[in-house]
Amino acid sequence: MKQAAFEQRYGGEIVRFESWLEHKRATGKRDPTRPVIALADVDMPSAYRRICQLLALARDRQYSPDLIDRLNQLVLRGHHLLYGARGGHPARVLKFLAADFPRVVRDEWRLVAASTLLFFGPLLGMIAALAVYPDFIYYLLDPRQVAQYQDMYDPSNPRLGMRESDDNLMMFAFYIWNNVKIGFQTFATGMAFGLGTIFYLLSNGLTIGAVAGYLTAVGHGVPFWSFVSGHSAMELGAIVLSGVAGLKLGGALIAPRGLSRKAALVQAARPAVKVMYGAALMFLIAAFIEGFWSPLTTLPPTTKYAVGISMWLAVLLYFLFAGRGRGN
Amino acid sequence: MLDTTARIGTPEGIELTLRVAGPVPRALAWVLDLLIRGVILVAIGFGAGALGQFGAAVMLLSMFLLEWLYPAWFEVNWSGSTPGKRALGLMVLHDDGTPVRWSAALTRNLLRALDFLPFMYFLGYCAMVSNRDFKRLGDFAANTLVVYRDEKPRPLTIPEAAPFAPPFQLSAAEQRTVLDFAERSARLTPERSAELAEIASSLTAGRSGDAATGRLVALANHLIGRR
Repeated sequence: MKQAAFEQRYGGEIVRFESWLEHKRATGKRDPTRPVIALADVDMPSAYRRICQLLALARDRQYSPDLIDRLNQLVLRGHHLLYGARGGHPARVLKFLAADFPRVVRDEWRLVAASTLLFFGPLLGMIAALAVYPDFIYYLLDPRQVAQYQDMYDPSNPRLGMRESDDNLMMFAFYIWNNVKIGFQTFATGMAFGLGTIFYLLSNGLTIGAVAGYLTAVGHGVPFWSFVSGHSAMELGAIVLSGVAGLKLGGALIAPRGLSRKAALVQAARPAVKVMYGAALMFLIAAFIEGFWSPLTTLPPTTKYAVGISMWLAVLLYFLFAGRGRGN
Repeated sequence: MLDTTARIGTPEGIELTLRVAGPVPRALAWVLDLLIRGVILVAIGFGAGALGQFGAAVMLLSMFLLEWLYPAWFEVNWSGSTPGKRALGLMVLHDDGTPVRWSAALTRNLLRALDFLPFMYFLGYCAMVSNRDFKRLGDFAANTLVVYRDEKPRPLTIPEAAPFAPPFQLSAAEQRTVLDFAERSARLTPERSAELAEIASSLTAGRSGDAATGRLVALANHLIGRR
C-alpha cells in the first residue's frame, strides 16, 4: 500500500487518537463539560494498540519520516498515559516508615557495619587520643575554629551550642541546610567506587571526635555532651546510613556480581535511595531536636543524657525489630 | 546511523524512537534553572531581610529546597521538565520511556553532587560524551534519559508534483533518501538542493539546476503513491 492510500485509510483513526490526547492534556480529569470527543476513555488502550500497529507498518514500508515521526510521537504520548500514571499513596509513606526502611537497612547489615566502623572508628579513636593529648586537635582544625567551638560550649553560656545572638529556628534551618548536604554528598560520591563516601565518613568522624575529645579534655564536657546527646542518635545514625547508601553504589561498581556494571548500579541505586529517604528524614528530626531541644539549659544534664540514651535505644530497637512481622 | 536517538521497546512489541539531548542544550537548561533559582532566592531575600533571624531561617530553608528539591519536584510533577528544560524543549524519562518518578528523579538529582565534581560538571560532562545516550553519572544510576519533547509534529512537506515512476527498481535505502530529500528541498536554497539532486545523476538523467530537483520531487511523489 502506498503512503497516500495508507493515510487516507487510517487518517481518521490517527486524528481521533490525536484529538483524544489533546483533550486529555487540555482537561486533565476535571472538566466534564468539554465537548465529548469521538474516542471514549475505555477505548483508548485498543486505539493505542492500533496506532502502535500503524507505526510498525509505516516503518516497515518506509513511509515518509514525517508520518513516522508523527506516529512515533503519538505512541510515545499514549505510552506515557498508559504506563506512566502510577500515583503515590499516603499509605506507602507509612508503610515505608513502619517496615520498608528498617528492612532495607537490615538487608544491608554488612554495609551498616562497614559504615559504622569507618565513621565511629575515627570518632571514638579521636576522643580517646585527645583525652591524653588535647593539643592534637590543632593538626585537624585551625585555632580560630577551635576557639569558636570552645566559646559555643563555654559552661557560662546560657544556651548551648550556639552563639548568644542565634535564634532556634535559624539554627534549625542551618542544621538542615548543612547536615543534609553532608549526607547527600556522602551518598553521591559513593558512586566513585565508594571512595568519596569513605573520605566523608572518615573526615567527619575525625572532626567530630576531635571536637568532642578536645572539649571534654579542656573541661567543657558537661555542656558539650548535654548539648549533643539529644540529637546524636538521629544525626550520627543518618550519617552512617548515608554512608551505607554511598557504599552500596560503590560496591555495585566494584563487584557487580555477574551483571554488567551499569545494570548492577541501577539495581543498587533502588535500595540506596530508599536508605537516603530515611536518612534525610532522620537528619530532619535531628535538626529539629538540635535547634529546639539541645540548646536548653533549664534542664539538668542528667535529664538530657537520659533522653539521649533513650533516643539511641529507640533508634536501635527500630532498626532491629520494626517491620519484622509477616503480612505485607 | 549517526543520529542521536535512543530506541526503546514497548509492551506492544514496537520500538519507539527518542531523540536524546546532548551536553549543550542540557548545560543551557541548567544555566536557565540556575538563574531562575537565583531570582527566587533574591526575591525571598528581599522579603526575609526585614525579618531578622526568622528571615535567615526562611532563607536557609529556601536555599536547601531550591538546591536539592527544585529539579526533582519539577521533573516529577511538570511532565519531566524543570522550567529551564522546558524552555529548551527537553524532558526526563525513564529508560523504558515512561515518565520519571520520585525515586529516579531524586537519584539523578542527588548524584549531581558527584557529577559536579571537580568543578562545573566536569565529571558529568566526561560521562555524557562517552556514551551514546548522553547520560551523566546520575542518569546511569537512576536509569533515566534526557530527550527532546517534540509535541507538535511537523506537517507532511513533500511538495506536490506530477508523479514520475523511477526508471529502475529503487532499494529501500534509496527510496528513503529520495523521500528525505524531497521533504527537505523546500527548506534548502534552490542552489543547494540542485547541487544535491545532481549527485543522483542516474535518476535525474543529466538534468541540472531546478529541473534536477523537480525530477527527484516527482519521483518522491510517485513513491508515496500520489497519482
